Amino acid sequence: MESLTQFIQMRQEVALIAAFLLMFVTDLFIPERHKKMLHPIACALLFVQTIIAIKPYEASLFGGMYNSTEITSIIKAVLSFGTLVIFLQSTKWLDRPDASHKTGEFYILALSTLIGMYFMISSGHFLLFFLGLELATVPMACLVAFDKYKGHSAEAGAKFILYSLFSSGIFLYGISLLYGATGSLYFDDIAGKLHGCELQTLSMVFVFSGMAFKLSLVPFHLWTADTYQGAPTAVSGMLSVISKGAAAFALMTVLFKVFAHMSDLWIQMLSIVIVITITIGNLFAMRQNNMKRFMAFSSISQAGYIMLALLGNTQQGTASLIYYIVVYIAANLAVFGVINSIEQQTHGMVNRTDYRGLYKTNPKLTMIMTLALFSLAGIPPFAGFFSKFMVFSAAFSGGHYLVVFLALINTVISLYYYLLVVKAMFIDENEAPIPYFKSCRSMRLSLVICLAGVVALGLTSGVYQLLFNLS
Amino acid sequence: MGHTIWILLLPLISFILLGLGGNKMKPKATGVIGTASLAGVTILSYITAFSYFGAGRGIDGLFPTLMPYDFRWLPFMDNLSINIGILLDPISVMMLVVISTVSLMVHIYSMGYMKGEKGFQRYYAFLSLFTMSMLGLVVATNIFQMYVFWELVGVSSYLLIGFYYTKPAAIAASKKAFIVTRFADLGFLIGILIYGYFAGTFSFTPETSRLMSAGMMISLALGLMFVGGAGKSAMFPLHIWLPDAMEGPTPVSALIHAATMVVAGVYLVARMFPLFIGYAPDLLPWIAVVGAVTALYAAVVACVQSDIKRVLAFSTISQIGFMMVAMGVCTSADPHAGGLGYMASLFHLFTHAMFKALLFLGAGSIIHAVHSNEMSAMGGLRKYMPVTHITFLVACLAIAGIYPFSGFFSKDEILAACFAFHPAMGWVMTAIAGLTAFYMFRLYFGIFWGKENKELHQTHKPHESPLSMTLPLVVLAVITCVAGFIPFGEFISSNGASYHIHIDMKVAGISICVAVAAIAISTWMFARENQSVPDALANRFPGLHKAAYNRFYIDNAWLFVTKKVIFKCISTPIAWFDRNIIDGFFNLCGKVTSKVAAGIRFMQNSQIQQYCIWFLAGAVILTIILIF
Repeated sequence: MESLTQFIQMRQEVALIAAFLLMFVTDLFIPERHKKMLHPIACALLFVQTIIAIKPYEASLFGGMYNSTEITSIIKAVLSFGTLVIFLQSTKWLDRPDASHKTGEFYILALSTLIGMYFMISSGHFLLFFLGLELATVPMACLVAFDKYKGHSAEAGAKFILYSLFSSGIFLYGISLLYGATGSLYFDDIAGKLHGCELQTLSMVFVFSGMAFKLSLVPFHLWTADTYQGAPTAVSGMLSVISKGAAAFALMTVLFKVFAHMSDLWIQMLSIVIVITITIGNLFAMRQNNMKRFMAFSSISQAGYIMLALLGNTQQGTASLIYYIVVYIAANLAVFGVINSIEQQTHGMVNRTDYRGLYKTNPKLTMIMTLALFSLAGIPPFAGFFSKFMVFSAAFSGGHYLVVFLALINTVISLYYYLLVVKAMFIDENEAPIPYFKSCRSMRLSLVICLAGVVALGLTSGVYQLLFNLS
Repeated sequence: MGHTIWILLLPLISFILLGLGGNKMKPKATGVIGTASLAGVTILSYITAFSYFGAGRGIDGLFPTLMPYDFRWLPFMDNLSINIGILLDPISVMMLVVISTVSLMVHIYSMGYMKGEKGFQRYYAFLSLFTMSMLGLVVATNIFQMYVFWELVGVSSYLLIGFYYTKPAAIAASKKAFIVTRFADLGFLIGILIYGYFAGTFSFTPETSRLMSAGMMISLALGLMFVGGAGKSAMFPLHIWLPDAMEGPTPVSALIHAATMVVAGVYLVARMFPLFIGYAPDLLPWIAVVGAVTALYAAVVACVQSDIKRVLAFSTISQIGFMMVAMGVCTSADPHAGGLGYMASLFHLFTHAMFKALLFLGAGSIIHAVHSNEMSAMGGLRKYMPVTHITFLVACLAIAGIYPFSGFFSKDEILAACFAFHPAMGWVMTAIAGLTAFYMFRLYFGIFWGKENKELHQTHKPHESPLSMTLPLVVLAVITCVAGFIPFGEFISSNGASYHIHIDMKVAGISICVAVAAIAISTWMFARENQSVPDALANRFPGLHKAAYNRFYIDNAWLFVTKKVIFKCISTPIAWFDRNIIDGFFNLCGKVTSKVAAGIRFMQNSQIQQYCIWFLAGAVILTIILIF
């Protein structure tokens, strides 16, 4: 009985698993003609789950294997909400004749990766962490290959799964080295026994690179561009924000909690990785014409900015990291939403050159895209500026002036390539721009939500303070 | 002073209204709404100025610093938070008057100038946004608020310069302006970070003890902030964006590139002046040097440009150089002992805003009449456009520094401050003032006298502009005639105490002589139909003329650095690698896939292997770095 009450205490996970099972059963028994009802059902289920998840609670269960704090509750609610936005954006894509028969599968797979991320975030033990990581990755590979009859998607899926297997192997190797060095897999036990000898350093790097793969930090980023390009756009959006957000938070937990005594070492490692990541991401993004590939490189450099938060002290770092993720979800999903709706409308136009003259025909979509790109570039008063400012000051207060300086220079480079897209939409001449169209209702709803986030998250105070107080 | 909030809210409301609903309104209605809201702002600003200065000085002999609004906006850390509000002190009140006056004139003027342009509504929406951000910048209660509005000014000027979005040059210019100033703003942002970290606050009046313990870091922060200011104020060598920004509509140039945004850098230095004097006095001479180099460089370039808006652009750069010099030559906060420059700089900011806006609007009126920016299309226009002619002449006399026009008074104070700092500085600046008179009258004669382009004028007869355009010209000309007699020092001085302006006869004598001589030379060279002298000079010194015409190749140097070095040497190879090796490889794989089933496994396996090798190599290299 005792263990049952323990299970019930994992309120968020239980709710999510319930949503998953309900979705599964519904998908099995729903009549063919009512298949369209799956969209509202999935959104409603996830919405209810988000509401349940939103109330922070603290618990430490199963002897410290599972930990929930107020801040983990927040990040989980954020991830659920982000996934909800992605659900809203994927209706039109899933209604296509070649995908409509597997609508339910999409939702089931997406929910199950979310479950994996939940466990990864809450784990206090490396075994659970690893299980969560795998649970998040494997369904994700299926999602990447969702349009399996389109050459790119299948190829991207295969590449993603092979590469993630490799990274899991390295990660597992790191854990086993840690176990060898300390004799335990509990975070709390390991933390006290680490002092930074060579073996432990090696294990730390391996664990780090396993996570860096998910975050697509350089040099573990090689899968990103191909996968984003090949995957269905909604899935690329999910990879770029949800998967990345969860991995960033989990990595932070591991570094702050487990490797706290080796902070000198990992700060040095992070500084190098951050600078390379942001720079390489930016330089590659500059010349991309395919928007999904472009966003892949943009998201690589954004991951570098997220990591800047870890250079600060624990409280400030945690708060600014989550704040950055929230703002990033809003802006990036707005961009992916616009890409997605154009792609669905025009049956596959995803190049920047296709966007020429979009302002004349679709001014509202263009404005949303522009504001979101401004936010990604970090121009005040949009939210992206404040989130960048917070991570910069976190890193700055940690005394990493050079890293901050290099990252700041990179923001100017990033402005350049984000403006390229703006220029294409507003300015470039095009004899046959994409004609005016109206996106479906759920897509419009999702874009309004994202836009509200881009504008309001920065201007309203309190969001950051709330996070700061909970951290 | 509760009404001051409306100074910011009115243009914001107008922006939202015009931005969202503008397309459904008649163009004329949007112009009226925008102008009416700006008229409201102007009236409120004047009321604020009168009641603020009318209330008189406090017991300590200073005008009080008021903060009618100050919200805690972003609580940042326990001890560090960002506020947003309104700060009223002599300089911000003065700026309110300047910005609202010029902006109102530009709003009225644009009703005539932009009539019939596509996107008239959009234009007024952007004007409102710009005015709001500029007003928010000057009334900022702290450096962070200032930065936010500073960037907003950058965004809205990007939109305004790029207004003619069908013109490739306008687009390139707007992007250039945005990116160059953003680059400089980096310095500003880093400066703010350092400042906030060491001063423990973003406010302009930090605790003295914290500043003392911070030592050199405050100098560094202030120096970096100056870099930001130098970008916005187009100081050498970051000035390159301003001449190109002339591609925007002319009234926009009058507003942004004459009176408001470009002086933001001067305002920033003025705002931080107590800190500069108190904690980084060594920086000020450097600011003076940067200002002087800029003033000289731009004045020389202005002498040979043929596009009238570009002449004005370089003249603006040069005049802002004067203001920076005046700030930089301050050696103490006491206006009687080395602090004169502060007052002189802001005085010149005030008078320059008026007469330069007048010049730009006049230029707009001329362009409106002849449909060209080139001087070759003009000449002899005085017959056709009497109002424009007289008001333009007034402005030219003011900028040349002829008594009793406003420019004389402010320039005289600047020169006096320079002579007090070092005689050499004084002489250099006097010489530049002479150059100013020379090129301005070259412009004047080239437009209104000189050889008329009869051929062009026959097909299209130039005409005087409508009342909506001439009225602002007349108003600004009147201001230019009388503004010099404002006892500016009574309101604004470096330590806040009342300072009575007295004209230094020696300096004034020299500067008037130089200006008159320069005008005389200019008349001799350019007032005639047949301009043999300048041609002969250009032929005599072809290299110098060509270099100056091409702006001494500064733009080319920047272009070389960005295009050749950064793009060519770094990103092109990487992009090439990405496209041809990585991408191309996959395209190849894709093609092979459909044909040879056996081929793919081998190919793709090898690719994944390669990825994995990178992965492993990365991990190993990181480990090696960490261990050794």
